[in-house]
Amino acid sequence: MSEKMRENVRALLAEGKIEGFLGLREENGHVVPHLFCDPKELDHLSFGDWKKAGDARYPLNQLMIRLSMEHPQETFGVLVRGCDERGIKELFKWKQLNEEKIVLLGMGCPDALAKACECEKPFPDCLIDGPKGEKADSQKVARVEAMDLDTRLHFWKAEFDRCIKCFGCRNICPMCFCNECSLEEDQLVETGEIPPANPTFHLARAIHMVGRCIDCGLCEEACPADIPLRTLYKKMTEIISKEFGYKTGFSVDEKSPFNIIEVK
Amino acid sequence: MEFRTVLTTCPYCGCGCGLLLEVLDGKLIGTLPSKTSPVNEGKLCVKGWTVHEFVTSPNRLTQPMVRKGERLEKSSWNEALEVAAKRLKEIKEKYGPESIGVLTSAKCTNEENYLLQKFTRAALGTNNVDHCARL
Repeated sequence: MSEKMRENVRALLAEGKIEGFLGLREENGHVVPHLFCDPKELDHLSFGDWKKAGDARYPLNQLMIRLSMEHPQETFGVLVRGCDERGIKELFKWKQLNEEKIVLLGMGCPDALAKACECEKPFPDCLIDGPKGEKADSQKVARVEAMDLDTRLHFWKAEFDRCIKCFGCRNICPMCFCNECSLEEDQLVETGEIPPANPTFHLARAIHMVGRCIDCGLCEEACPADIPLRTLYKKMTEIISKEFGYKTGFSVDEKSPFNIIEVK
Repeated sequence: MEFRTVLTTCPYCGCGCGLLLEVLDGKLIGTLPSKTSPVNEGKLCVKGWTVHEFVTSPNRLTQPMVRKGERLEKSSWNEALEVAAKRLKEIKEKYGPESIGVLTSAKCTNEENYLLQKFTRAALGTNNVDHCARL
């Protein structure tokens, strides 16, 4: 990892502009989320590349929400990739984070990761360190759409049937911030069964990701059943983009798709 | 101000998934799967995801309890052990060792589980011993 990120964080801490920097720390051969308050700790700063590019990413935005709830008066720095920055913009919009109390420190993703993610924009606007990569081609959605309707329905039903209802996709999601969750309400989605109501459970979650999913892919990485959740949410994002012209996380000012539905 | 994570092993079943306990200002606030654990590679089941919840649960037993009449009442270790030993002995003498069964837990260590099955077989004299991870 280059020194640029460390220098920036060190300066912000020294000038007292931030109380701490939420990032990743390498310790005892592991990579873990950590709040850096002491510049001396920065030697252990990590970009989340363990055995391969970006294989040790964590939902830092989710932790940022918890941190700012406990310390609303303080300003924090936070490590962001392209997807994290999109997430932060939406979280400003949803009033989960205060724009004035956060300093974004951006890193660009290596090409290998951008390709694996099929990322729309693998670097943040606030880029400090790392490459300013190209938009990667998307094939995941196209591969599923190449199936005829019956095969596709069978494909998704079989995928959802493997669900062990660990709630990992929801728990790790940096954009899931509701206090009450529809997926746990018996009247909305039948509870108490494994696999959960198929396809209601997963489609309910997909619909709730409208205007929120920023395609970070943490859900799919956390799924013990290897359900291709990212493909599902990529398709949902594509629909929102095509039908409502809304690109999630690309602008703080753009109104949420829930506002722009017009009755014709 | 402090936010850090503590790397540990899931206390539920025998898989041994690596997880991170999230600690904010000394308080346990959540669990994350360890991305760098070779066992679970960033995944957890519903039990692993919620391990932080029982630590501070008001329903958690923090001292021995002895049933007195209809109610469970707080007691000392000495009293609880005496009651357990006396009643187990009485039951064994009256109905035989096969009338007793022991359930042990995945939340214990290997050594504690070993001790309990040894106690069950050698002291109580029965093979009626099982484990919650087999349920």
